[in-house]
Amino acid sequence: MPTILFWIFSLIMLIGGIAVVAFRNPVSSALSVVTCFVGMAGLFVGLNAYFVAVIQVLVYTGAVMVLFLFIIMLLDLKAEAARPRKPAAILAGVALIVAFTIQFIGVLSNHTNSESVPLDAKTLANAAEIGVESGRLQADGKIVKALNDGRLPDTHLMGHTLFTRYNLPLQILGTLLLVSTVGVVVLSKREKSNNAD
Amino acid sequence: MATLNNYLLVSGLLFTIGLAGVVLRRNVIVVFMCLELMLSAANLTLVAFSRFNTFMGLPDPRGQMLVFFVITVAAAEVAVGLAIIVALFRARQTIHTDDLTSMKH
Repeated sequence: MPTILFWIFSLIMLIGGIAVVAFRNPVSSALSVVTCFVGMAGLFVGLNAYFVAVIQVLVYTGAVMVLFLFIIMLLDLKAEAARPRKPAAILAGVALIVAFTIQFIGVLSNHTNSESVPLDAKTLANAAEIGVESGRLQADGKIVKALNDGRLPDTHLMGHTLFTRYNLPLQILGTLLLVSTVGVVVLSKREKSNNAD
Repeated sequence: MATLNNYLLVSGLLFTIGLAGVVLRRNVIVVFMCLELMLSAANLTLVAFSRFNTFMGLPDPRGQMLVFFVITVAAAEVAVGLAIIVALFRARQTIHTDDLTSMKH
């Protein structure tokens, strides 16, 4: 990905993030989160993680943030009235952020930087060869065919990994989703008061 | 080309913004959205490491798999968290953290 695109999407993401904290109206905050996540999906595309970019947009901005907006509108929240802010809390917050940023810069300055390996036709064909030799990929499968054509079959690779290596976690994840759905129904059911009707 | 440290820098900054939101904001829903920002910043690091530490010369699918699981669990977490916030609002008629002090006393 050309560096200019990286900086444009990072800027979209960070400005969206700052807007979430800065806006007083929760609806504006939620829409800023959407902006932030769209910028992040752009960064994912730049990292050749196309499948993750698509589910970031579909699941996060499509489903999760719509749920947030729905709840904000259901609760009918007005913009926060300006309350006197406690200076001690703000000071603690700023101190925490500064400490975190300093630590973060310290870690990054000691971290060995690395460039990405370009995904050209030669690398992809080589990957197909290694995959077939080690028995991970089928020699006549779609993944090997795409790799030999010089394309990165990102979604196929994800699906292959998900249903071979990570089959049990996938089943557990399905159970978790079922349990959380039941939990949400139980939580949002109105308790019957004793003197009703 | 953007390097690994560029991506780590950007995701660290996003995490810090989310942390600032959690500490400074007083509206429970906005705090929850800032938590989502922090979770996504961690996702960005995972995808960046998956791209820069290649597996058979390709981006490591195992890193992206972890992101897939994190996004799914986050979706479940958001559903439960918002249900709790709705229940809280019904009981107290407020979602301002300064007014929710019954566990303090």
